[in-house]
Amino acid sequence: MIEKALHGGKAYWALIVVILGVIGVGVATWFYQYHNGLTVTGLNRDVSWGLYIGQLTFFVGVAASAVMLVLPYYLHDYKAFGKMTVLGEFVAIASVIMCVLFVFVDLGKPMRITNVFLHPNPISMMFWDTIVLSGYMLLNILISRVALDAEKKGIAPPKWIKPFIILSIPWAVSIHTVTAFLYAGLVARPFWMTAVMAPRFLASAFAAGPALLMIFALIIRKFTKFDPGEKAINRLSIIITYSMAINVFLILMEVFTAAYSGMPEHLDHFKFLYTGITDANGVTHTQMVPWMWASSILALVSLFILFVPKLRKNHGLLFMACAAVFISLWIDKGFGLMIAGFTPTPTHQIAYYMPTLPEWLIMFGIFGIGAFIITTLYKVALTMRGAVK
Amino acid sequence: MTVDRRKFVKVAGLGMIALAAKPAAELFGKDIEHVPAGTAHKLDVDHPKTAKRWAMVIDTRKCRENPDCDACINACHDVHNVPHFEEKDEIKWIWKESYHHAFSGDDNEYMPHDILHSNVLLLCNHCDDPPCVKVCPPKATFQREDGIVMMDWHRCIGCRYCIAACPYGSRSFNWRDPREGLENKNPNFPTREKGVVEKCTFCDSRLARGQLPACVEVCPHHALTFGDIDDPNSEVREILEQNNTIRRKPSLGTKPQVFYIV
Repeated sequence: MIEKALHGGKAYWALIVVILGVIGVGVATWFYQYHNGLTVTGLNRDVSWGLYIGQLTFFVGVAASAVMLVLPYYLHDYKAFGKMTVLGEFVAIASVIMCVLFVFVDLGKPMRITNVFLHPNPISMMFWDTIVLSGYMLLNILISRVALDAEKKGIAPPKWIKPFIILSIPWAVSIHTVTAFLYAGLVARPFWMTAVMAPRFLASAFAAGPALLMIFALIIRKFTKFDPGEKAINRLSIIITYSMAINVFLILMEVFTAAYSGMPEHLDHFKFLYTGITDANGVTHTQMVPWMWASSILALVSLFILFVPKLRKNHGLLFMACAAVFISLWIDKGFGLMIAGFTPTPTHQIAYYMPTLPEWLIMFGIFGIGAFIITTLYKVALTMRGAVK
Repeated sequence: MTVDRRKFVKVAGLGMIALAAKPAAELFGKDIEHVPAGTAHKLDVDHPKTAKRWAMVIDTRKCRENPDCDACINACHDVHNVPHFEEKDEIKWIWKESYHHAFSGDDNEYMPHDILHSNVLLLCNHCDDPPCVKVCPPKATFQREDGIVMMDWHRCIGCRYCIAACPYGSRSFNWRDPREGLENKNPNFPTREKGVVEKCTFCDSRLARGQLPACVEVCPHHALTFGDIDDPNSEVREILEQNNTIRRKPSLGTKPQVFYIV
């Protein structure tokens, strides 16, 4: 089946070459980082996790969001998602692989990664995150493979796959819940120590993931004969709308709790993000403020487009709304969440962190690997369905 | 266990070989530094200092009287080959922080001026319930029976989850090769590699040889007291009974074992 990725037109190969180029730059930069140490990143003694772990968090969410198609399609027999579901599963596979790579490039001693399995610590949430993430990847590979195989033969998927599909639904919820537990259980980080962390992660995931899928669906619809169907597009955009609304609601809950109680150790993280914060020496730090307001404005704009049916049904506007959702949530969760967790520091100092060029290049390299997986898998599925040659 | 270890050290002088051949946990987790051949007899390896629960009391009054004294910091960092880098790549095992930051939230602007504007010594608290140990994926950081929170630098994968989990900022990561930041290496203590986390060990290797922690031993003002908090007759217990002491962030439930007399 996979051989279908090896035959394609000029545009397909041009895309592959560009993606491979981005991957190549990322890999070369990683070797540079490996040789010189993580000092080449912007990370420091105070902000010790940044862009890489932010991406892990964000893409675990994108991976989990496949459940927003799987659940209606398989559990409620919502047929309109028939063509989209396997595309969602492919995004999930690519995302989990990216997550593993983001952990890998963040390690100080990547060659010792097997120590996690040789000396596992079951009290560590990282241990459980490894288990649920790898399990989720295997489930999605199995399910999408069997579904495509059946589709190719023109028969219904075998019955034995059903329990695996059902299992993948709570499993998807578990990967993002456990990822939230990585942070929410830390007594050292009041910004993260909130019971709303896992629900908020799920809400933002169920907005960002489907938004990305929608972007992919609209693009391939434009350039191929593939059509996910108007009904599926509508339903998916409603899923994005409400997930995004719930996410914004949960963020506002966090803001209220911190602001009304006025507890400095909670409130100061929000000040650092949204208003800037003045340190003991009278210096005001505002490096995160433009990012977070960009995220907030994009969130509001996207919600406006998504909530008005007339606007939402215009595919051009829908595309823009989905892009706004994705970028807004990326800033909030893939960037701000991590940095604000570390700032102010446990000694209540304001640390500085901005990713360096090597960090961005390595991040884009891993995005490239994700794009490569999605492109080739989509190519296989679309060729099989006769949408492309 | 203990006998094996003693025999091993005696037979040794072969510390060098041991360093290469023995698993890291035995080297750092228990006691052996690579002692140069022939000097082992000078160290009291037969009488290691032991305790049920090690703890430290820092008399900040004495530190305030001598604000320019850095004896403990220099001794610790020299003995343990802690490199000197500027802030971004900084590594520190014991250091000074302003009172406001050391006890953030517990200070107030009306307290005695000399206290509010003084510096306080910070180091790993060797918590009784250490959050760093809980989160470490490969158990590279662990707690000994005598309470010391230890690290296996040969097992650490450099994920820095322990740094995220420590509420005291006590842990440092080797962002770059630490050997580049060392002018004079102490041959009796291992240097680290880039990519691993490190922190204060309560001088486990000195305790094993019957010595007090370097910071305690070197302090010219006797501001630091180290001992068994489980022993009612110990000096630390005596000081704790006679003085009002505070700990950093006690409300977090980590039970820090470094006490401060203000």
